[in-house]
Amino acid sequence: MRQNTMLAMILAGGRGSRLHDLTKKVAKPAVYYGGKYRIIDFSLSNCANSNIKIVGVLTQYESTLLNAYAAAGQCWGLDAKDSGVYVLPPREKEDADLNVYRGTADAISQNLDFIDGFHPEHVLILSGDHIYKMDYAKMLAHHKHCHADVTIAVLPVAMKEASRFGIMNVDETDRILAFEEKPILPKSNLASMGIYIFNWRLLKKVLLADMVKEDSHHDFGKDIIPMLLEEGKSLYAYRFQGYWKDVGTIDSLWQANMDLLKKDNTLDLADPTWKIYTQDMAVIPQYIGPQGSISTSYVNQGCIINGVVKNSVVFTNVKIEDCAEVYDAVLMPDVIIGEGAIIHRAIIAQGVKVDPGAVVGDPNSEHIELVSKRVR
Amino acid sequence: MCKAFGIVNFEGMNVKVKGLQDYRPVGAFSFLGRYRIIDFPISNMSNSGIDHIQVFIRDKARSLIEHLGTGRHYNINTKRGKLHIIPAENGKENDFYNHDIACYIQNMQAIEEANYPYVILAPSHMIYRTDYTQILEKHIQSGADITMLYQSVDNAKDSFRNCDMLMLNKQKGVLSIERNKGNAKVRNISLETYVLSKQLFMNIIQKAARTSSLYWFRDMVNEMCEELDIRGIAHRGYLACINDFHSYYHANMELIHYPLAKELFIEGWPIYTRTNDSAPTYYSQDSNVTNSTISNGCLIEGTIINSVIGRGCIIKKGAVIENSIISPGVIVGEDVHIAHVVVDKKAKIHRVKELCGDEQNPLYVKRGDYI
Repeated sequence: MRQNTMLAMILAGGRGSRLHDLTKKVAKPAVYYGGKYRIIDFSLSNCANSNIKIVGVLTQYESTLLNAYAAAGQCWGLDAKDSGVYVLPPREKEDADLNVYRGTADAISQNLDFIDGFHPEHVLILSGDHIYKMDYAKMLAHHKHCHADVTIAVLPVAMKEASRFGIMNVDETDRILAFEEKPILPKSNLASMGIYIFNWRLLKKVLLADMVKEDSHHDFGKDIIPMLLEEGKSLYAYRFQGYWKDVGTIDSLWQANMDLLKKDNTLDLADPTWKIYTQDMAVIPQYIGPQGSISTSYVNQGCIINGVVKNSVVFTNVKIEDCAEVYDAVLMPDVIIGEGAIIHRAIIAQGVKVDPGAVVGDPNSEHIELVSKRVR
Repeated sequence: MCKAFGIVNFEGMNVKVKGLQDYRPVGAFSFLGRYRIIDFPISNMSNSGIDHIQVFIRDKARSLIEHLGTGRHYNINTKRGKLHIIPAENGKENDFYNHDIACYIQNMQAIEEANYPYVILAPSHMIYRTDYTQILEKHIQSGADITMLYQSVDNAKDSFRNCDMLMLNKQKGVLSIERNKGNAKVRNISLETYVLSKQLFMNIIQKAARTSSLYWFRDMVNEMCEELDIRGIAHRGYLACINDFHSYYHANMELIHYPLAKELFIEGWPIYTRTNDSAPTYYSQDSNVTNSTISNGCLIEGTIINSVIGRGCIIKKGAVIENSIISPGVIVGEDVHIAHVVVDKKAKIHRVKELCGDEQNPLYVKRGDYI
C-alpha cells in the first residue's frame, strides 16, 4: 500500500521514575505490559494498523534497549520498501552541540530535517507510554473534515478526576477554546491524551519560533498548544472512546494488568482485526503440569506452571514450581517462583527468582509490592 | 559458514496419516499446538548454521508455502541465506511416479546452483534435534561417501512400523536399508537423514532415474550399499516419526510431559515457527487445566486434562477435553465432552455433546467441520 500523507513521531524518552526499579535500565515505553508486550508496542502497532509507514521514535533516557527494539521494525510489519521505524536519540549537529531533548516539542524541533526528508502533509505526535488501541486514520479524516490546523485526541474523564489532566474547553463543534493544564476548577472533562495531528508546515513554523524562545519549556502542552490558541489557529478535539491508560506508577501498572482480567475489558487484546504486535519469541507452548491450576489469568507462551495461579498476568518463560501459589500478581518474563513460595499483590520484575518457601506481598494490604531482586 | 546446504524432503509412500494428510503434507501438520512438523528440521538446519535450505513439496503445497513464507522467522539471513520452496510439478497421473527423484530431476538446476560442496538431506515427517555441523565434520573426517543417522530403538515391534531401518555391520557400515515390519524389538531406525557431497548426490539422482522410474532416493542408496562407503551415526535423544495417525497422536501426547519435552527443547537450540501475533491465553474463573500444553491466543473456560490445545482455540464453559489434540482455531462449545480425539483446524463442536475415542483408536474430526 502506498504511504499515506502522515508521518508519526513517538515520544519515547520518558524515564518514568515512579516505576522505580522497572525503569532503572529501560525507559518507560519499554516496560512490560499484558503478558507479552512492551508499552510502546501499542503505539507502534496502532501506527502499523492505521497504515502509517514512517515512524520516528524519539528516545533519550536509557535508550539502548529501546533503540534496538524499535529499530527492528519487522515486529510491526514496518519494514516494507517504503516503511521504516527510525530511532532518533539526540545527536550532535553541525550548528549545535550534542544536547538532550529539552522537552517534547524540542525533541521534534531537533529532528525537523528528518521529518522534512519525507515531505509529509501531516505529522502525528504520540506518546510511547500509553496503552490503548486507536485508528489514527480516522483521526486524520476528522482532522481533514474540520479543516483543522491541529487536532488533539481527548478522552472524557470523570469530572472529579479532571484536575489531574490537561483539560480542553471546547465549543459545540468541538473546536478548542482553551487548554488548561491540571486546572483546579475544570470547566470540562475532556482530557488531552497527548496525541496530536499537526499540519506539518504550521508545526514547523511554530517549532522554529519556539526553539529560540528563552522562557519556553519546549513542551507541546505548556507552550506550543497555548501559543497556537493565542494565534487563533483552529484546534479541534477528537473524542476517543475506549480503553486508555497512562501507567505512571507501580500501582497503576499493576491495575492496568489486572484490567485485562476483567470480563468486560475494552482493550480486547485478542481482537484479530487490531492485533498488537511485539517481538516474537522462539519458545515452547505453555506447559501446565499435573499439579498446575490456573484461573482468571493471562498466561503467555514458554511458561511452565506446576503451582496455583489466580488473578494474575504471567509473561513469557515464567516457571512456577510445585505447590507455589500466585495471587493478584504480575510476573514479568523469566521469573522463577520456587517450590511452595506464595505471592500476593505484587509485580515481580524480569528474571527475578523467588526462592522456595518465600512469601511476598500481603493479601490484606492495599499496597502492591515491587520485587526486583532475588527473594530468599 | 556451513559447508553444506540443506534439503528437506517430503514423506515417502510408506507414510499414511488418515484424515490430516488429506489437507496437507506431513511437514505442515500442526504439532504441539504451536509448531508445524517442518519447523523441527528447518530449525535444526538454521541452528547448525545452514542458511541455504531447499524444501521440496510433493503436493498440497498451499499450507506449507503459507507457513514457510520467506523463511525469515527461521533466523535465516534475508540476503545471503535462502529458504527455497520447490513444489513438484507432478506430471504423472500415477502417484507412484511422483517420488523425490522425479522432483530432484525437475529441479536439478536449483541443486546444481547451490554453491556448497556438501548437502544434508532431512525428512519433513521426523522430529528430533541434532547439530548437523557435527555430523558433517564426522562425515568429512571419516572419508565415507554417505553418512546416515539412525537411532537404535527397542520398541520397533509396535512403533516405527514401515519406517526405514538400517542393517549395519560392526563398524557401523550400512549393509542395506529395509522397512521395519515389526518382527523384532531392537532395530536401527533410519532418521532418513543423509550427508554426502553434492556431486555424489547428483550422481545418485541421475543413476536412480536411469535404473528405475519408480526409485526413490533411498532405494538407489540401498542398491549402492556395496559399491559405496555408507556409514551410520547413532543419534540419541528424542525421536518421533509421524508416519501414521497413531504416531501423530502418540508423539503429541508424550510431549505433554515436560521432562520428556526437555530432551527436545533445550536452551540455545530454539525451534522457530511463524508467529501469529496472538495475545496470551486467557484462563477464566471456571477454567481447570492440568497436565496439558496450551498455545497462545486461547480463551479457556472449560476443563482440559492431558491434552494439546492449539493457537486461538475457544474452550467454553463446562466443556471437558481429555487426552485430545485440538488443532489451532477450534471452538469447543459448552458442556461438550471430548476424549481421545484429534480435532483438525478450525472445526466447531457445539451440538454433539459426547465425542469419545479410545487410546488405541483416537477419533478424528475433519478440518473446518461443524458438529
